[in-house]
Amino acid sequence: MSDLKITNLHKHYGAFHAVKGIDLDVPSGEFTVLVGPSGCGKSTLLRTIAGLEETSSGSIEIGGKDVTWARPRDRDIAMVFQNYALYPYLNVKDNIAFGLRARKFAEAEVEKRVARAAEMLGIGHLLTRFPRELSGGQRQRVAIGRAIVRDAILYLFDEPLSNLDAQLRDDMRVEIKRLHKELKRTMIYVTHDQIEAMTLADRIVLLRDGLIEQQGTPLDLFERPKTRFVAGFLGSPKMNFVPATLTAAGVKLADGTALELPGRSGLKAGQAVMLGLRPQHIAMAGTHLAKGHVRVPVVIELVQPTGSRVQATMPLGGTSIIAELGAHDVSRPGEKAEIDIDMTRAVLIDTTSDKII
Amino acid sequence: MSALPLHRRHGVRLSFRYLIAALLVVIFCFPVYWLFIISFKTPDEIFAFPPVWYPESIQFSNYKVLFKDGDAATVGNSLILASVSTFFAMIFGTIAAYSLVRFKTGGENLAVWIISQRMMPPVAIVFPIFLLYVWLGWVDSYFGLIILYTAFSLPYVIWMMRGYIEDIPLELEESALVDGCTRWEVLWKVVLPMARSGLFATAVFTFIFAWNDFLFALVLTRTEVTTYTVQVTHYFGGQSNFWAKIAAMSVLGTIPVFFTVAVMQRYLVRGISMGAVKG
Repeated sequence: MSDLKITNLHKHYGAFHAVKGIDLDVPSGEFTVLVGPSGCGKSTLLRTIAGLEETSSGSIEIGGKDVTWARPRDRDIAMVFQNYALYPYLNVKDNIAFGLRARKFAEAEVEKRVARAAEMLGIGHLLTRFPRELSGGQRQRVAIGRAIVRDAILYLFDEPLSNLDAQLRDDMRVEIKRLHKELKRTMIYVTHDQIEAMTLADRIVLLRDGLIEQQGTPLDLFERPKTRFVAGFLGSPKMNFVPATLTAAGVKLADGTALELPGRSGLKAGQAVMLGLRPQHIAMAGTHLAKGHVRVPVVIELVQPTGSRVQATMPLGGTSIIAELGAHDVSRPGEKAEIDIDMTRAVLIDTTSDKII
Repeated sequence: MSALPLHRRHGVRLSFRYLIAALLVVIFCFPVYWLFIISFKTPDEIFAFPPVWYPESIQFSNYKVLFKDGDAATVGNSLILASVSTFFAMIFGTIAAYSLVRFKTGGENLAVWIISQRMMPPVAIVFPIFLLYVWLGWVDSYFGLIILYTAFSLPYVIWMMRGYIEDIPLELEESALVDGCTRWEVLWKVVLPMARSGLFATAVFTFIFAWNDFLFALVLTRTEVTTYTVQVTHYFGGQSNFWAKIAAMSVLGTIPVFFTVAVMQRYLVRGISMGAVKG
């Protein structure tokens, strides 16, 4: 059964068309991440699901019930907000209990549930504190506690980690993933951070300009992007795009370098394309050239060590590309090297439609 | 000056400052002291020359007279009128302000129109209101004055509360809506606690406005609900002024305001500055 079913949803703000006809089906228990650059409509979509924004047209069903015009309180949802939305005049316990009391739960039940949620999040010792006495990470835990203490059909997260520093963000990400495994609830999570999307999601819904660009499992989107936008959005460092022209056997770059593309048939020779290469699919030349790889001589321009790996910038066919190499493969700019590119993983993009060929 | 060592010079400057400060305190406090002290004097002491700077003994006969004659009841009238009208103005004003902020009721202009009502000089409307009240039979009644004070305070309350409510993060309200609150519950459980300081500050000023009102009370009351401000003027006579009664009555009129401000001081300071600086 699906817990959320959205049909042809539109949202206008005056003349601005924020959501342009979205269909989405979220099965029970799934962790769905809505991701995209700012202004893509992901937050608007989430707020429309919550009922905080009115639907312009289309329909929303939650738990099999049409809630398109229902008030937020009648939608059976719980939500975690970006700025925590904790009540500064209530202590942690009362903050977590707020939703239960608003729904007239018996006080004994409230006590029980708050204690359980607090224990799950490791904030049992903070119950009598006020929000101003908590650190950012603790506040975020309380905010999550407020949501999970309820028995909602749908749990919505609106960029919950974007106010935390990097270290804390990694910890909380793990925490949220663990909570999902424990609670087995349907969660919809909005973020602009593709790493959060990749690591948390059962399914990623990538939005662009108010429309779904592509949806699927994280690996599906990473390995089989359908458009240049998807290919470029997911992955870190980003995919390299090199202008090229198709030949019978592969591609020819702007400077004349010919690269062979194995296992491709029906390529239209002479067509202008973008060659998409992930930094992870470029390596230092080995003792022998693996099947489907091509070897190219390059001059290293820039070296950015990350500790475990090194991100090396180099020119290829007139464009700067980044390759993720072994930590000791290159050490300084100006170095001459040979790289092996795994052409079996390369993608070709039609420059007129931006679709993957 | 240059002959003095640095720390001595600093000391001289400091004592000079203290001297000025002490002088200012005396200048500001003396009228209040004089008001209080007259209310405890005998008629002989009041008119004595040279003045009696502090009476031999504190005596309460001036107050006893006010209570015996029932004059002190006018302070009670003021208290009832000011409290009840403040109560209603705060309720309706806060609801209206919330509506202006969250639902953009009346667009951009309604709020400005509302505050413009406050600019009207009271004296311009008091006589038409008198005629209206005569017709309605509301003259010299609690009801009539409470309605008037409430109506007159509303623009101020709406304007102030609008500012305080605008400062409340929207997410807090949205979170409450998702958690199961109705709009009314959001107002009660989120907006009011969040705007508490501003609410108290506004209420104090609203109360003081009604408490200090003289014009409306003078025109619209006769004998039944005379306020203390009007009562004080009864002691200015053609032949003589009853200074003892004036002083005692003024003290009675000052004390409630004094206590209100003293008790609310914490909220007042925060409330006033809260509206001034956003975020």
